[in-house]
Amino acid sequence: MTVLRYREAVRAAMIEEMERDERVYLVGEEVGHYQGAYKVTEGMLDKFGSRRVIDAPITESGFTGISIGAAMVGLRPIVEYMTWNFSAVAFDQILNNAAKLRQMSGGQLTIPLVLRAPNGSARQVGSQHSHSMEHFYAHIPGLKVLAPAMPADAKGLLKSAIRDDNPVLFMESETLYGVKGEVPDDPDFIVPLGVASIVREGTDVSIIAWSRMVHVALEAAAELEKEGISAEIVDLRSLRPLDEETVVRSVTKTHRAVVAHEGWPYGGVGAEVADRIQRLAFDELDAPVLRATTLDVPMPYNARLEQYVIPQAARIIENVHRVLYKS
Amino acid sequence: MSLTITPTAALATVWNAVLPPEISAMTTLTNGDDLHLSLYRKMFQIRRFEEEAARAYAQSKIGGFLHLYIGQEPIAVGASAALRPDDYVMTTYRDHGLALARGMTPRAAMAELYGKVTGCSKGLGGSMHFFDKEHNMLGGYGIVGGHIPIAVGTAFASKYRGEDRVSMVFFGEGAVSIGDFHEGMSLAALWKLPIVFVCENNEYAMGTPLSRTLSVEDVSLKALAYGMERDRFNSEHVLQVRDRLGEAIARARTHSEPTLVEIRTYRFRGHSMSDPGKYRTKEELEERKKKDVLLRSRIELEEKGHKAALEAIDKEVEDEIADAVRFAEESPEPGPEVLEPTTYAGPFAR
Ligand SMILES: Cc1ncc(C[n+]2csc(CCOP(=O)(O)OP(=O)(O)O)c2C)c(N)n1
Ligand SMILES: [Mg+2]
Repeated sequence: MTVLRYREAVRAAMIEEMERDERVYLVGEEVGHYQGAYKVTEGMLDKFGSRRVIDAPITESGFTGISIGAAMVGLRPIVEYMTWNFSAVAFDQILNNAAKLRQMSGGQLTIPLVLRAPNGSARQVGSQHSHSMEHFYAHIPGLKVLAPAMPADAKGLLKSAIRDDNPVLFMESETLYGVKGEVPDDPDFIVPLGVASIVREGTDVSIIAWSRMVHVALEAAAELEKEGISAEIVDLRSLRPLDEETVVRSVTKTHRAVVAHEGWPYGGVGAEVADRIQRLAFDELDAPVLRATTLDVPMPYNARLEQYVIPQAARIIENVHRVLYKS
Repeated sequence: MSLTITPTAALATVWNAVLPPEISAMTTLTNGDDLHLSLYRKMFQIRRFEEEAARAYAQSKIGGFLHLYIGQEPIAVGASAALRPDDYVMTTYRDHGLALARGMTPRAAMAELYGKVTGCSKGLGGSMHFFDKEHNMLGGYGIVGGHIPIAVGTAFASKYRGEDRVSMVFFGEGAVSIGDFHEGMSLAALWKLPIVFVCENNEYAMGTPLSRTLSVEDVSLKALAYGMERDRFNSEHVLQVRDRLGEAIARARTHSEPTLVEIRTYRFRGHSMSDPGKYRTKEELEERKKKDVLLRSRIELEEKGHKAALEAIDKEVEDEIADAVRFAEESPEPGPEVLEPTTYAGPFAR
């Protein structure tokens, strides 16, 4: 075990897998000479050279398409977007090619591809730079979507993603890059896709979250404990595939659920989780499933308004009170 | 490259000959020192505005991204001098200069950076998203290249309505690789739309030098394949920028034909405030700062005996910027009630 920051855990996963498999390369804007816009890829150009760590100009659609093509004939690309916001420029490639080539070809082709970037809100970067893109992508059959909250999961899941034979979208977070945690050194350590983790045990309510919101949920749970409310926190880690068994097991114990996520409430992964709970555990529920999300408006720049729009611990607590019929 | 540059300078005399004299926003001024002084004043205002913005950013009074235009001022100012007030302009996130050049008040601009409701976008947009409909400054945009087709759309609307307005869109050389640039160019040429594409080539896209951005350094060559007129020059003087862009504007206004203009320039600050700028040497930066076009205008005007006028400008601009900072500090913040009405026109669609 070594204590690593989240960004270092992501880097370690890439380095180990690139050392292990010559077919893996990394491409993106400022990943090489600049050492990464958020320093995730620091040192990797020196280590692997410009054949395998490739600086691309601002051409998201181009280098996504190129990586799909390279994957189609046997390479295993890792594509870094400066942030997930800019993947919107490559959305057609991801939706129409990465996700569909396997089925369209009758199963002849596989696209072993990893797309990764920071996701969600940062700080006051405005409406065009604050998207939670997991909701768009988890909608698409053919893609897998991961959103780890902890450094060890970041490493283990990214390694699984690189070894997976499907397009896997890996959601990091600018606000998590500095978070530290114990990370296994074993190069064979992986975290399988589609397995949630219980990061806090509790009995009164299940809070289901992922990525940065797991940390906000932990904050909320600490507050709730002071009121005598015991919250269990399920960190989904993997949004597609989704570990419904762990979610249902938790709700079967607590009988109440709040899904906490960044991103808008209309549709989205939170709505999907709520649907699964009501479908699979209807008789266990003592209250409707509620969601604590980003408010249903584009992200404003003003700092106070931004904090008001982004889900905070207080919004989770408020929803927990509501499912417990306490006000 | 064996391709020759289109002789736009020669064409210019032809275009200028057919121009009605009232087309320039600056026709009340002569082409002499009065005009130069007024353009210098504008460049200086932008410079001082941004220096104060950088200071406020360091004090955490401004958040998010802050991309400074310092070094590139003659482009927005020269362009605005060549445009009419009813012409449309659009640019990237590096938008303070163009907004001020078009006539936005330093108050509205500074208040926006402070996230105040008195800001040009009510404190909702921030540095990257300055909008000023009154001055036909139709925005600063955050996604590289995404605004280029939108600007072409404003030119389409002008032609559709039979108006003689011109649209001008600014972007960096980093945007030239993006599909939207090419789609916008292609349609503007095909449909003969009154627009000027201005590539502000400052040699870096964030930390990426030109050599790792484009396979051919000459951006203006992209126009050839679209059958579009082109021009290419170094930003050396604000009046030169005005004149050269004036040719392209005239072509758009009188013949409804687009032009791609590449202007070589240099930014003196980092890409944004968080950029340590390790990708270029101190010597390179110092060398380029010696060619500061703002300074060149100042020296030239001083030499022509306008010392007193320049000192008066210094004082006025200092007062103006200090007033803008005070205004921004004292203005109220927007409340949550602004969010829904600014999201939809009419009732909120739930
Ligand atoms: C589609 C997209 N990809 C990446 C980014 C991140 N980004 C913002 S500015 C920038 C560099 C742009 O350089 P250039 O076009 O030369 O303009 P300059 O900043 O030099 O004015 C990058 C990569 C973005 N905003 N949009
Ligand atoms: Mg540039």
